[in-house]
Amino acid sequence: MRPFNRTTRRARLDAPGVAERAPGLEQPASASEAAATRDLVAAAVPVALAVGAYGLSYGVLAVAAGLSPAVATLSSIIVLAGGSQFAFVGVLALGGNPFAGAVSGLLLNVRYVAFGLAIARALPGGSLGRRAMDSYLIVDESVALALGKAGPMPRDPAARQQWSGEVVRRFRVVGWSVVSAWILTTAAGAYGGRLIADPQVLGLDAAFPAGFLALLAPWLRTPRGRTAAAIGVALALGLTPFAPPGVPIIAASLGGVIALWVPVRAEHGEATT
Amino acid sequence: MIILALVALAVGTYLMKAIGPFAAAGRELPPWLDRLSNLLPAGLLAALVATQTVVDGTSLVLDARIVGVAAAAVAVALRAHFGVVVLVGAGVTAGVRALGWG
Repeated sequence: MRPFNRTTRRARLDAPGVAERAPGLEQPASASEAAATRDLVAAAVPVALAVGAYGLSYGVLAVAAGLSPAVATLSSIIVLAGGSQFAFVGVLALGGNPFAGAVSGLLLNVRYVAFGLAIARALPGGSLGRRAMDSYLIVDESVALALGKAGPMPRDPAARQQWSGEVVRRFRVVGWSVVSAWILTTAAGAYGGRLIADPQVLGLDAAFPAGFLALLAPWLRTPRGRTAAAIGVALALGLTPFAPPGVPIIAASLGGVIALWVPVRAEHGEATT
Repeated sequence: MIILALVALAVGTYLMKAIGPFAAAGRELPPWLDRLSNLLPAGLLAALVATQTVVDGTSLVLDARIVGVAAAAVAVALRAHFGVVVLVGAGVTAGVRALGWG
């Protein structure tokens, strides 16, 4: 569950916008079951591996921040949103109030409203249990890969039905791969991380900001993202000496709000808009 | 208290994820909300990077972490994989500490 990676941001919400995609790139309707399965596995395995590396570091860092290995593992089962979990334990690591950590995590997760709406176009709906399970499987990778690979939604009803089927199958397979990789590797990192005597000697405290920086990178390549980031840094560091731990991070989300209103040139380079 | 906060995070996150599948098949977000949800993480993540690099308690300090994060920034600029960036950040920080600073 590598949040905000480049693939995700490119594919995010804009499946209808990628009309320039060459039609020849799509799977032919007659693709055999075996080929379709191979294709799905080929999509899911590298994603699960990448998520696994991320989950391992989360497990180690969560325990370094003071969670018990059991609670760290539980957090990956019930929250299932990597960036917000890192933010949560990051606030704890600074000695902040856990609820301030939860609020920063929730602010990071607002984007899942958009992800959920994006995938809802393809979902069949169905029973409450089915919908609940599909909601659980919404992570960056499942939505991005499902919508990104399938291309834009066709207008023709028959083609649309096939499109939905393909999107939903991919969404669920990648979703389950990511979920299981995330939970298992969190547990491995959390229980294995105990073997590490002093996290500081290994520089683990710097692993947090390094990871956040990697997640931030896609925004730093857009003017508005840079503006939001700069305001966020100024607010957070400016408030740190005065505000309780955790509060400066929440205040920094105003960076995004302010950046919405700042006139920026060369906007067409931005990911979402 | 940590558990309660974690449950709050989990429930809130799940509710946001569930809006699409439960309530809105085939609807789009209003553009301003879409843009805001895209920009919110930038401010938050940048703040997390900054505070975790130079904050200790409630004071600003310069120690080995800033060297490690600077090295991680180079890795990011070179488009290294997430895991590599984290390893560079931690490894360089550990190296600087082993040399006796911060």
